[in-house]
Amino acid sequence: MSPNAEINKLLESGYEAGFVTDIESDTLPPGLNEEVIRTISKRKNEPEWLLEWRLAAYRRWLEMDYPEWAHLDYPEVDFNKVSYFSAPKSMKDRPKSLDEVDPELLRTYEKLGIPLHEQEMLAGVQNPVAVDAVFDSVSVGTTFRKQLEEAGVIFCSISEAVHSHPELVKKYLGSVVPQGDNFYAALNSAVFSDGSFVYIPKGVRCPMELSTYFRINEQNTGQFERTLIIADEGSHVSYLEGCTAPMRDENQLHAAVVELVALPGANIKYSTVQNWYPGDEEGRGGIYNFVTKRGVCFDNAKISWTQVETGSAITWKYPSVILRGDNSIGEFYSVALTRHKQQADTGTKMIHLGKNTKSTIVSKGISASKSSNVYRGLVRIGPGAENARNFTQCDSMLIGDTCAAHTFPYIESRNPTAVIEHEATTSKVSEDQLFLCQSRGLDPEKAVSMIVNGFCKEVFQELPMEFAVEARALLEISLEGAVG
Amino acid sequence: MLDIQNLHATVEEKDILKGLTLKVNPGEVHAIMGPNGSGKSTLTNVIAGREGYEVKEGQLNFEGQDLTELSPEERARAGIFLAFQYPVEIPGVSNMEFLRASLEEVRAAQGKEPYDAVTLLRKTREACQQVDLDQAFLKRGVNEGFSGGEKKRNEIMQMLLLEPKLALLDETDSGLDIDALQVVAKGVNSLRSPDRAIVLVTHYQRLLDFIVPDFVHVLSNGRIVKTGGKELALELEEKGYGWITGEEA
Ligand SMILES: Nc1ncnc2c1ncn2[C@@H]1O[C@H](COP(=O)(O)OP(=O)(O)OP(=O)(O)O)[C@@H](O)[C@H]1O
Ligand SMILES: [Mg+2]
Repeated sequence: MSPNAEINKLLESGYEAGFVTDIESDTLPPGLNEEVIRTISKRKNEPEWLLEWRLAAYRRWLEMDYPEWAHLDYPEVDFNKVSYFSAPKSMKDRPKSLDEVDPELLRTYEKLGIPLHEQEMLAGVQNPVAVDAVFDSVSVGTTFRKQLEEAGVIFCSISEAVHSHPELVKKYLGSVVPQGDNFYAALNSAVFSDGSFVYIPKGVRCPMELSTYFRINEQNTGQFERTLIIADEGSHVSYLEGCTAPMRDENQLHAAVVELVALPGANIKYSTVQNWYPGDEEGRGGIYNFVTKRGVCFDNAKISWTQVETGSAITWKYPSVILRGDNSIGEFYSVALTRHKQQADTGTKMIHLGKNTKSTIVSKGISASKSSNVYRGLVRIGPGAENARNFTQCDSMLIGDTCAAHTFPYIESRNPTAVIEHEATTSKVSEDQLFLCQSRGLDPEKAVSMIVNGFCKEVFQELPMEFAVEARALLEISLEGAVG
Repeated sequence: MLDIQNLHATVEEKDILKGLTLKVNPGEVHAIMGPNGSGKSTLTNVIAGREGYEVKEGQLNFEGQDLTELSPEERARAGIFLAFQYPVEIPGVSNMEFLRASLEEVRAAQGKEPYDAVTLLRKTREACQQVDLDQAFLKRGVNEGFSGGEKKRNEIMQMLLLEPKLALLDETDSGLDIDALQVVAKGVNSLRSPDRAIVLVTHYQRLLDFIVPDFVHVLSNGRIVKTGGKELALELEEKGYGWITGEEA
């Protein structure tokens, strides 16, 4: 059953009103200092080692410079105006009803066929009961949990894992993305609110696709989400992040960290559909998304990142794989669509350290109207990576002539046996293609969306079936009005 | 059905059609011949409604309706089909997917039910067979990596499925080997019926051996300068255009 259908069923079945937290008291005043971090840690009842870990990250962060990138343009964020424990969001700042929500957003919901209740939830309307009905529901969460438990899979929030599986969290947290890795990773390490924790035991094939959508208390992960996935030897897992409906969020700044650990022979597939609010036509109110995603592969392990990015005002994101073990494999399949004044700077890093390591990168960038779409990729072959191979294919498609696409492939090879192939193309939706479609009865919008979908095919076929269908619908909607 | 009177049309501000008159009735097959650059493709593009091709003067009617008021997709839905001289590729969009979307739109506009999956598959397979294309082509991207002749046959396959009232075939015969020519001709002939019309643009008499036209027109410098029966094509083959257009052959 699709997540939407599942939730519809739930909503129809009614809910028991009852539990509403005292939201105001859960929000810390804006500003960041050691006291704030101590408070966060205390509220979450964390062990001493984790507090120390957060504080160490904070101290590193203080010494770091605010990052600037050549191809992103945005006003500097005032970190003292951000509230670091603001989830659940203050109710009174939320729209009172859907009437107060950007009509454009509502139109999108309608096109995606999202029921009213769920629209309210996604748009953050003051409607805590509906939210609870979805996420605190015993039925959805627990049925899945039972099945997972039987397989020995741990899937819970990271705050929970800190208490229930401290040895795993302690061992792996920060092992792939160290606290001082970059400005936003350091900030996340200091103040992370919550996120997913997954552990797949040795030799286990996870019996279902794990989706953030079903995780209890999803809405509380806030702007500094932290995810840790550990696949033990020979295990398999497919993880889905996000959903196709645009999420509205009062927090403009999002800086998540995702760490994947693929132990020998393990296989992790991580798929994302990111569709956060991109702002209005001028980009006002859109989300800034600065994410650090990285995985490490031990011997014979494989990590595959697949992402479809259509949201956010600004996206800065490079899911990476460290191919540490021999014969390990890294893959990156990406579709990034920008329109209006959206800016996306995405790509990947493939770090080959082990022998016979292989990586594949397929990136599809689509830019429309006044947007800017940058691919930035690094393929690094270490001196010990005998017979490493990389294949990179990087295609850009332009719609109209006021948008921009840039490609920056960096290659650093320190081993002469490496084979690195790179292909790049830039194309336009041509008038000839449009006319062919029109003369077969398709209107220009449908034609463009079909042409773009065709362009993205290699990536979509990497997505789990249902996600792929949603991703296509999402592209279609995002492209509306892009022609003309 | 198609009624063109004193048509003047420009392409990017350049006068190409200069007072063209042509009437096509249901059931008829018209062949349009003429020297390179005389405006044959322009005429088909103007009828199909390609952007940048502007009607400046005269009349362009299809079943009593002024075509200039319709977008290209509306013309297609009204039953006009253009088989391109140079079919373009749409990478990643499978032929099947393309056909399904196209059929859905065109049939809906004509008040017909969409084909269900089974019927669609059967119809498309039959159409493939008719133009001698392997079914594997249904899965490939639209014209993606097709040879010249395969592209032309693919156009005819689309036409067979869409069952247009008016089919415009722009040099569908060029680039076809002799066997393929017969296959295509057979496909086109199978579509001939009292309520359909076909306009063939061609340089070669040999196509007209297989698809016998009711009328042959010579287009020169943006105008139809001579009209005759099928024997006119034979005469042209022998003598060239010079004797009609007033230029040396
Ligand atoms: N986009 C364009 N811009 C400028 N001139 C154009 C354009 N398209 C067509 N023309 C000109 O219009 C004239 C008629 O072209 P058209 O393609 O209709 O000729 P044709 O009769 O189909 O020739 P052929 O037999 O070679 O296919 C030519 O001189 C051509 O160069
Ligand atoms: Mg021509």
